[in-house]
Amino acid sequence: MTTDTLEQAVKLEDVWRKVHRRAWITVLAPLAILAYLVYTWFAFDVPDLLSKAQPERAAILATDSVAYKVHVTKDFRHGEMEVAIEGERTATYDNAELPDWVTFDGEDAFVDLGDGYTVEIKDKTALFNVPGYGVIEATATAKGVDTILPEGDVPGWLKDNPRKLDARPSLDKRLQVTRTKIEIHNYFGGWENFWFPFKSLLHGQSFSQLYALALSADRVDPDYSNLWFIVHEFLGNPDWQHGKVIMALLETIMMAVLGTLTAALFGLPLAFLAARNFTPSQVLRFGTRRLFDFLRGIDMLIWSLIFIRAFGLGPLTGALAIAFTDTGSLGKLFSEALENIDNRQVEGVKATGASQIQRYRFGVIPQILPVFVSQVLYYLESNTRSATVIGALGAGGIGLLLVETMKTSRDWENTSYIIILTIVVVIAMDQSSGWLRRKLIEGKKTG
Amino acid sequence: MAVAALEQEILSLRKHRQLYSMIGLLLVVAVLVSGYSKANEMNSGGFLQGLSKFFDYPGEIVVEAWQAGPAFFALVVHFTPAMLETLNIAGVATLLGGAMAVVLAMASTRNVDSWGPLIPVVRRLMDIMRAFPELIVALFLIFVLGSSPVPAMIAVAFHTAGALGKLFSEVNENIDRKPIEGLTACGASWLQRIRFAVMPQVAPNYLSYFLLRLEINVRASAILGFVGAGGIGQELRRTIGWGKGAGDETAAIFVLLFLTIMAIDQLSSYLRGRLVGSGRSH
Repeated sequence: MTTDTLEQAVKLEDVWRKVHRRAWITVLAPLAILAYLVYTWFAFDVPDLLSKAQPERAAILATDSVAYKVHVTKDFRHGEMEVAIEGERTATYDNAELPDWVTFDGEDAFVDLGDGYTVEIKDKTALFNVPGYGVIEATATAKGVDTILPEGDVPGWLKDNPRKLDARPSLDKRLQVTRTKIEIHNYFGGWENFWFPFKSLLHGQSFSQLYALALSADRVDPDYSNLWFIVHEFLGNPDWQHGKVIMALLETIMMAVLGTLTAALFGLPLAFLAARNFTPSQVLRFGTRRLFDFLRGIDMLIWSLIFIRAFGLGPLTGALAIAFTDTGSLGKLFSEALENIDNRQVEGVKATGASQIQRYRFGVIPQILPVFVSQVLYYLESNTRSATVIGALGAGGIGLLLVETMKTSRDWENTSYIIILTIVVVIAMDQSSGWLRRKLIEGKKTG
Repeated sequence: MAVAALEQEILSLRKHRQLYSMIGLLLVVAVLVSGYSKANEMNSGGFLQGLSKFFDYPGEIVVEAWQAGPAFFALVVHFTPAMLETLNIAGVATLLGGAMAVVLAMASTRNVDSWGPLIPVVRRLMDIMRAFPELIVALFLIFVLGSSPVPAMIAVAFHTAGALGKLFSEVNENIDRKPIEGLTACGASWLQRIRFAVMPQVAPNYLSYFLLRLEINVRASAILGFVGAGGIGQELRRTIGWGKGAGDETAAIFVLLFLTIMAIDQLSSYLRGRLVGSGRSH
């Protein structure tokens, strides 16, 4: 035995150098991270952001998404009193059937907002009685608003200027007076008119009544069966737009499923071209790999912008953007899986005299199938989320609907409805693909 | 007789299997065909008409970029700060989300002695965090905080914490428990066990997943810019909104985005190769 097969003796200096390096890393790495965070704190201008943030918007959003408001409006131009849910024309109470907290005698009105808050409307004057503060008197004139406030300091919830009075003593009660109208908002919990539109025959009916109606032979609408009528009324609800939201969700799912399947179908054959053990030609291999890099590097954002220009808005655009990006990602993953397969199985199949295609079918495919299935399902999952974002860029689907309702919305409950549905769909896709993956792959192992 | 019966059974099993495979394949084909024809119908522009226009837009911006000449490189430099902002969004989001994910992972794996009743709670929490599309959180925060990179950063970090937390806890499940038991025998506290028995085992894998996530987050931050979160996405939205004439700027942003994503991709896959490689050799 010679000494050169033995391991080289470890020198003391080497050990110390390693220990020192480690010590430096444990000190320097956290310091570097901290320095980076401090730098970004100023790069993002967080102090400025915090000073400009509007936390009251979050409060309004939170209240509004779980509550609805009823507007009581006196419009001087038309000289009319109107009580409407969310001020919508389609949800206006008939003057003979006003809610019991509004009394109206043709000219003057009395609104009881609860907890002692009351508003009295006399001609063009509103008297707002706020417990613990006093009576605010506001009169609409030809020029603006004249107000008489109780003695003392003006509280923060009261915005009074010559053109407009805005009093909101608590989140759920509000009075606004301008030159042209007096408007009172009274907030109630819940999602109003969620199932059926206000003007619909079915509005306010209980579930058992609906069930009975669906089974009864007398048709409400002679053209449809009753069940179809109920479904139709529900989907056509103008406030909630159930039909439109469901279509948008389907569009998003369609984008994700089509995009991922297409990517898998193109990625697999291309992966063979990029794998060292299947393609001897180095040029071809290099070309395919750069193609994968190119497809991935362009990124979904740019692909979808290009496709929007070519194919317009819609699910096709989203599906193609996902397909292009993921052909690159999946192709790369598959080619790595192909390079790692066990060659003995292929040789065994070859020894039985199998043709090229049979060798692939029985020697290669069974080995990469678990990787294939699990990766495709993982991508399907994450693409459901990506499809919402691509939609927001303009491809359509739930993402676009969400951006639109957020931009135009006065009714945040619609936004939260869409958000809840989106999350439910994403979780459902997540769970079902996880279930499928376990079923397919573990079934393979045991069976 | 028994052999023949067995053969019969195997044959019937194989037939079933072939049938299932056929059904599965047909289902995929049916979904693809019907899906694409439906999608084509719903799109505002058709596929065939679009196909001829496919190269128009890329061609247009390439021509405009070509006409800009050397000024094109100046444009690329001009947009670099915006790209840097996007990178910062991704960087901070990955750091904060990753840190949170470590905490979540340590609290949700039986193998590292997490507190039992907490495990299912934290797991569901991670599921919910993962399910929230970044877009929703970002839009909500933009509404409250105003247009700035911070909402995007928080949105990405939130999602990252859930996604990485799940991967980290899977890593935790596969570690060797002997060092933990050794330290327990010495009377080490839970934190000491995590620090000296768990972290050294999981660090390479954690770092590797962390880098992979950084890659994904750079893409996500760029897209979120498009809905008003700042960075390169916002610049892109501006130049695209101008339509014709700003093609050279759009091209500059595309090039910058492409180069950055490629660079991060290559760097992270190189580093991951080294990390996991060194992890294996020990």
